[in-house]
Amino acid sequence: MLAKRDTPSWNEQTREVVDRRLALAVAEGVLSDTQLATLRAITTRVCPDSPERPATTTLAMVVRKIGKDEGDGHRLDCLPRTAECWRRGLDAIEAEARLRFDRDFAELEPDNANKVLGMVEHGEVCAELWEDLPSELFWKWRLLPDLASAHWAQPSLWSAMGFGGPASPRGYVRLGENRRDPWEAVEESRRPLRGWPQHHER
Amino acid sequence: MNDNPQERPRALNGKAPDVFTRGGWVPMREYGEEEVDFVIVGTGAGGGTLACKLAEAGFSVIAMDAGAYWRPLEDFASDEHHQSKLYWTDERIVDGADPIHLGANNSGKAVGGSTVHYMMVSLRFRPEWFKSRSKLGYGVDWPLDWREMWRYYREVEQTLSISGPVRYPWGPKRPRYPYRAHPLNAPARYLARGAEKLGIAWAETPIATLSAPRGKAPPCVYRGFCAAGCSTNAKQSVLNTWLPRALAAGAEIRDLAMVGRIETTNGRVTGVHYHRGNEWRFQKARNVVVAGYAIETPRLLLNSASCEFPDGLANSSGLVGKNLMVHLNQSVYGYSQDEIRSYKAPPSLALTEHWNYEDAGKDYHGGWCYMAPGPLPADWARTVSQRGLWGRELLDEMTRYNHAAGLKMVGEVLPGERNRVTLVDETDQYGLAIPQVTFSFGDNEHAMIEHALDFMDRALEVVGVTQRWRNESETAHLMGTARMGHDRATSVVDADCRSWDIPNLWICDGSVFPTSGGVNPSLTIQAIACRTSDRIAELASRREL
Repeated sequence: MLAKRDTPSWNEQTREVVDRRLALAVAEGVLSDTQLATLRAITTRVCPDSPERPATTTLAMVVRKIGKDEGDGHRLDCLPRTAECWRRGLDAIEAEARLRFDRDFAELEPDNANKVLGMVEHGEVCAELWEDLPSELFWKWRLLPDLASAHWAQPSLWSAMGFGGPASPRGYVRLGENRRDPWEAVEESRRPLRGWPQHHER
Repeated sequence: MNDNPQERPRALNGKAPDVFTRGGWVPMREYGEEEVDFVIVGTGAGGGTLACKLAEAGFSVIAMDAGAYWRPLEDFASDEHHQSKLYWTDERIVDGADPIHLGANNSGKAVGGSTVHYMMVSLRFRPEWFKSRSKLGYGVDWPLDWREMWRYYREVEQTLSISGPVRYPWGPKRPRYPYRAHPLNAPARYLARGAEKLGIAWAETPIATLSAPRGKAPPCVYRGFCAAGCSTNAKQSVLNTWLPRALAAGAEIRDLAMVGRIETTNGRVTGVHYHRGNEWRFQKARNVVVAGYAIETPRLLLNSASCEFPDGLANSSGLVGKNLMVHLNQSVYGYSQDEIRSYKAPPSLALTEHWNYEDAGKDYHGGWCYMAPGPLPADWARTVSQRGLWGRELLDEMTRYNHAAGLKMVGEVLPGERNRVTLVDETDQYGLAIPQVTFSFGDNEHAMIEHALDFMDRALEVVGVTQRWRNESETAHLMGTARMGHDRATSVVDADCRSWDIPNLWICDGSVFPTSGGVNPSLTIQAIACRTSDRIAELASRREL
């Protein structure tokens, strides 16, 4: 993806925006040490980096959003604003890990961390801190969209999924199925897709 | 100097940004604090169009927008995340059984409104929808005649140089679209083949991106970032069509100008209080037009409550904020052996309006169409993750992106008073009470969704798309909340978009829709604005303003 950075597929604005994103550091003073460790561990579980690809700044983007208390233009009536929602959610996940496994969330084995996250996802939580924060809504309206939005804003994830990437001013010419412009990546992993019929009628 | 257009107004000192050149300017008339004929609140499909038409008719016009005045060529990146600067992401509360997503989904904060990031699908209403109560037995009749609207649709289609098919398969005969249709991308070809196998008609979508040059705007290069703003100006938005004309005709545009309150005296409006450049100011006007779309419009009317109008302006019917409608926007996706690469070209290049015009076999009211979507990565990740995928599973699913093919509906939602916009105690960065948006589907919507998803599922199955799944919750567009009608007891404005209660207060945007129809609303909003301008000119000539 980044190999196309200096071609007519990227305009100057795009280069600036993506450069800034790739250089983004995790802002200090936004979250407590424990909250940040919890968020870092959640990010690893929910949005892992693609193997053998450059590291991402997903965590830094989410911390930035929390620091700026950025909204999305719609907030469920039972959830607080972005920053407070995240802080309370992180504290509650930490409390849930302590309750279930007697350890910090950030120190859980991957399987146990996934178990805790699965409980949050499905509303099967016990920690008291969830009383004013419905865990499945926190998951669906805050945690998952914020993480996915930040993760798939990363060039290394665009590469991994086969996305053509930024496309201005050059755009595309070949639009039909199985057609590819010379400046579009070839699918790296044309892994056989699961469950294909042998033949399908056209 | 700070030249961030989100922090410092650009339209100042006798000039406004030239959207067609980097760093360019065009002359702009300025009225200062002088009383003008019209202050228009909002510069989107309703307000921007009306600003142009009223200025060309010789009225003095100031159009205000809370958003920034962008120059697409220098300000827009090919990047979903960065371009969220185009969306209205100020605080809004959502609730109800089916709370709706706002922001990126349907709300723009920019000069040009949400047309700066709209999908450009430009469809006419089915004629019967303007009389859906008397002709189809549901909803409520509009006070407009479809034949008159047909003429205004034509005017908007010419202004936006709509690219479309030679023959449109549905509805009354219409003239050729001004520009030729675009070639189909793979998702659109899948839609077409599926429709043919199921024996229904399909068409190239009439769409507001150029298939040949027009003035200073080049043809579309099929970069596919339409929902993130068009960086080439091929997209025909209000920003680069109506507004340059408005400026040339003597309208003033004030960017980063948030109107917080409309002032009234003795039953008439006298002007607006607006926030610009870190201070509140007052602009006198002989008429005020509210064009803030279906949430900001009722919010402003309600926030303008006074001793004289304790329930908000134009609200003697009690209907301001009520009858909020969205469109059903559910979809079916699956995977093909082919590389689809749906990120190329504008989404929605092909459609079928079959179920907008065919009523037999439905166990619900209203119509729907479907198109071929083209989600960008983060949008796709959010969609896929809502199926309960995260971690390694999500990563794996995302690697199949290039093989995903889908169909997405635009379906009619019936008006209902329980779906509404109200105010809450919490305030925003301007100190204004923020809106609460309450929405729930009814039985009719659930029946339509079921029919549409089943049909779209088959339309994908017959072209070899397997492993299909349904995205059942999405909505699009906003309509209602200040409906037009024949009767002041059951509507907020009349056919001319003039409020029943206050003769010099007008509302001109998607909020005046009495019903929602099964097509994207932007063309109809602009057509209504063109008609409103003609009516205002006529009323003025008879001294009835």
